Amino acid sequence: MTQRFGKLAVRAGILATMALTALPAVIAQAAEPIKIGFSMALTGGLAGNGKAALAAMQIWEEEVNAKGGLIGRPVQLVYYDDQSSGATVPGIYTKLLDVDKVDIVMSGYSTAAIAPALPIVIQRKMLFQTLLGFNMNSEYKYDRYFSMIPAGPDAIHNFTKGFVETAMALDPKPKSIAIVALDAEFPKRAADGLKDNLKNTGMKIVYDRSYPPSTVDFLPVMRAVQAAKPDIVYMVSYPVDSAGLVRAAREVGLNARMVGGGMVGPQLGTFKAAMGPALNNMVIWDTYVPEKTLNFPGIDQLLAKYQPVAAKLGIDPLGFYVPPLAYTNMQILEQAITAVGKIDQGALADYMHKHTFKTVLGDVKFDKYGEWAEERLILVQYRGIKDNNIEQFKQPGTQVILYPKQFKSGDIVTPFNK
Amino acid sequence: MEPDLGLLLNAIVSGLLLGGFYALATMGLTIAFGMLDVVNIAHPTFIILGAFATYLLSMQTGLDPVLACIILLPLFFLFGRYFYDLYYRLFERRGDSAISGLAFFFGILFVFEVSLSMLFGPEQRQIDVPYAWTSFSIGLVDFPLRMVVPCLLALAAFAAITAFFRFTFIGRAVAAVGQDEEALRFVGINPLRIKRLAFGLSLLMAGLAGGGLLLIQPVDPWSGHTFIGRVFAICILGGLASMRGTLVAALLFGVLENMTATYIGPAWSPAVAFGLLLLTLAVRPQGLFAR
Amino acid sequence: MLSEVISPHLAAGRNPALAGARRFYAGVAAVTLGIFLAFHWVGSEYLWFSSYVVLQYVVLATAWNILGGYAGYVNFGSAAFFAVGSYTTVLLYKLGIPSLPLMILAAGGVSGLLGLGMGYLTLRLRGAYFSIATLCLAVLLQTIITNWDFLGGSRGAYIIRPDVSGFFASYVEVLFAVILGLAAGSVCLARIIEKSKLGYGLAAIRDDEIAAEASGVPTLRLKLVATTVSGALMGMAGAPMPYYATFVEPASAFGLSYAVNAMAMPLIGGLKTWLGPVIGALILGSVQQVATVTISSALNLLLVGLLLIAFLILAPQGIMGLLRRRGGRPS
Repeated sequence: MTQRFGKLAVRAGILATMALTALPAVIAQAAEPIKIGFSMALTGGLAGNGKAALAAMQIWEEEVNAKGGLIGRPVQLVYYDDQSSGATVPGIYTKLLDVDKVDIVMSGYSTAAIAPALPIVIQRKMLFQTLLGFNMNSEYKYDRYFSMIPAGPDAIHNFTKGFVETAMALDPKPKSIAIVALDAEFPKRAADGLKDNLKNTGMKIVYDRSYPPSTVDFLPVMRAVQAAKPDIVYMVSYPVDSAGLVRAAREVGLNARMVGGGMVGPQLGTFKAAMGPALNNMVIWDTYVPEKTLNFPGIDQLLAKYQPVAAKLGIDPLGFYVPPLAYTNMQILEQAITAVGKIDQGALADYMHKHTFKTVLGDVKFDKYGEWAEERLILVQYRGIKDNNIEQFKQPGTQVILYPKQFKSGDIVTPFNK
Repeated sequence: MEPDLGLLLNAIVSGLLLGGFYALATMGLTIAFGMLDVVNIAHPTFIILGAFATYLLSMQTGLDPVLACIILLPLFFLFGRYFYDLYYRLFERRGDSAISGLAFFFGILFVFEVSLSMLFGPEQRQIDVPYAWTSFSIGLVDFPLRMVVPCLLALAAFAAITAFFRFTFIGRAVAAVGQDEEALRFVGINPLRIKRLAFGLSLLMAGLAGGGLLLIQPVDPWSGHTFIGRVFAICILGGLASMRGTLVAALLFGVLENMTATYIGPAWSPAVAFGLLLLTLAVRPQGLFAR
Repeated sequence: MLSEVISPHLAAGRNPALAGARRFYAGVAAVTLGIFLAFHWVGSEYLWFSSYVVLQYVVLATAWNILGGYAGYVNFGSAAFFAVGSYTTVLLYKLGIPSLPLMILAAGGVSGLLGLGMGYLTLRLRGAYFSIATLCLAVLLQTIITNWDFLGGSRGAYIIRPDVSGFFASYVEVLFAVILGLAAGSVCLARIIEKSKLGYGLAAIRDDEIAAEASGVPTLRLKLVATTVSGALMGMAGAPMPYYATFVEPASAFGLSYAVNAMAMPLIGGLKTWLGPVIGALILGSVQQVATVTISSALNLLLVGLLLIAFLILAPQGIMGLLRRRGGRPS
């Protein structure tokens, strides 16, 4: 590895003349910063969450540098826009590693950014903390991979576990379920996991269809669901469709007992405000809501710093979803580097495997494949939403936690139409 | 799924409502592509532009989005008029407009989308009007106002524009300009003036469709992509230069999409609809409803 | 398969400029080898990766130009052909035949057939109709791939790169060498077509299809050859992509940027010759690669759009046109 870098340094001049890159020469300084490199979706479809993640990481960068840095060195984020497309990612990571010579690499936002980077990172034996990648390490089983998605070791099944358990605890027991999934990577895998979890529950799947990303009108979908008369409706979708599904569900007067599931969108502030009262009684997965049971040290301060930044950038105004996860990643890195005392990829990975970290999302511990050792997704039910004012979502009680037990803050209300 | 009359009726009605919006989105393109031969592939992006303009005005003043959109119509018209001037000067007059023109609108599509995302950020925008959540029913069939209002807008626009083309002198000239420019010169009309007017109308319709879209779904700078294929498909199915053909084709398209979504599964609805277009092109390239 | 289709038209075209052709091939071979060795000597993965993308666009732009530039038929569906190439690779990989040369050949075959089919279905259509039809074809194919579970469907498919040993430093260099070879091959093919009877026929179609038809040019047959060759090359450009990205999913494989670039690059470079798309791809592709890691914001994409519009307005004949005009002025 060092030999490689040496070879490269000699030939950096040729690289420059190739005019393929405008590389800033790495000048040795007294306290050279710890460079943390990653790609991030700053344009394209994933940019909303990408920018929110970046904002949280920058808050961390500022805080650490204000404290005088890590192990005596300042930290510096080096990032490039991956345009929400995996095709740009290999180029970005080789640039980060070969030209910018970053000390640490992390992932961009979600699967599209993580998958193309993994082979490169593995080849260079770098530590790799990822953000919201769903069950990514199952093919490679790379021992320096650490995932920031609180889905636990068996992500595919855990993602729907809380929903199924909550449904089965209803009295009387529900008998039928409808599954609506977007035709995309994550929703389809979530639906697969759900179907596994439903085995041996005696629940009958009465509707199971996926719809394409370009769907405009969700009324036919919801009507077909309604016609199948399910007790439970599980939907897994991305933000634009989630809005369409929620509206359509209200318009057809969907009268199932429990409605919601794996929708992406309701976690975001703008979505909550836009949908307002239509969200009432929906039961949806989440990672953080401002309930007393989840009030970990530091989370309020993070959100207080984040929200003004978000207002300026026009991104998620509440920041409950991606920012705490992105920030947690940085906290873990910070604690590991401080404890290890140097940038040594193997030692850092070792430390991360062996220790529990105190973060804004509570205690985090990793299993041998770098997933959270314990799943910590929550299931919330929206309650008493009066209008489209975003402030009410900052209050406890509007998003009641039903699952898991240790964070539970209320009991489920049925039926959906109440 | 067992046969269910309500399901069938609702699939048809919701398809017609959706088709109504598709007609609104396509009529402007029918003017540009069918009558002026301007392959405006950025038409859906202009719709999104209209949606964002409507959003801005509505948020600033608290006006109803439909009203806000109607207030903005003259602006869309003027924008279209001057935009055509630019296009004409740069491409059409030079003669080799075919490829460069296509590419120009592709570039415009790109530039507008990126500019919108730089100005507004990537978040989705939506306006909440109380009636967006109401729906009324007749018998077994539901009519959500969210879909009904854009459909009514479409019908009103259709009536207005057909009357304009049929009963006014200028309107008849617009309808004729694509077919025979020379004839217009004979009666002393400057074809360029008419074309400018027509393209203004085209973008006015795009703006109106933008207002309608804002009611139907949240809008982000990239929302236009969903519609590129659809509006061109409908325009061609409808026989290009015919408003009536466009309306019928749009309704057919909407019903077909929603019937597929209800009975076969939504995953296949784009394939069925676009398959129909490919088939039409192969068998009857002049469109289903061309005279 | 390709050479069979083209060769009848070649024989006549090759003879007059035999010496020129020889010099051309020697030049291409020398440049290709030179680039490969220079990059091997530098040995930077970043250089290989970013050049891979640029060269992939050289193939794609050249392929687009055979139909769009030579014959004047604008294909909006380049992404579909590219994606079909990528998914042919995925199919063979899943079937347990992970041989890259075979994959490239198969991708070329499948996309070529697709091009032929599309040609039969749509080439009787007037210019813009043809373009819209290609767009619809892309939607149709994307729906099929999205619903095809064996290929990963909407979940996407993972490809694991094999290890390499010997001369190549890593598999990335192998990919780079492959795409470099494809780029050289497609440029040669484009030049052969341009200088052949086929090329002249296509040019006649571009200038005035009805007149060409009337003077005995077999327009439909020529156009079919062009759609087949163009489609096959696009598929071949897409074939190594799964190994480059290691993860393929329909939304990005059918991404709009492939369609935009495949069209913008020849337009910026110049439509009527083989050199135009190469120049366009090298410039626009490199600008994008540099912008990705320097400007790195929405401004990057804006730049591409503005560049395209600026060229359309200021230099409608592309860079080649500008050069020619400058060169031609004294005489």
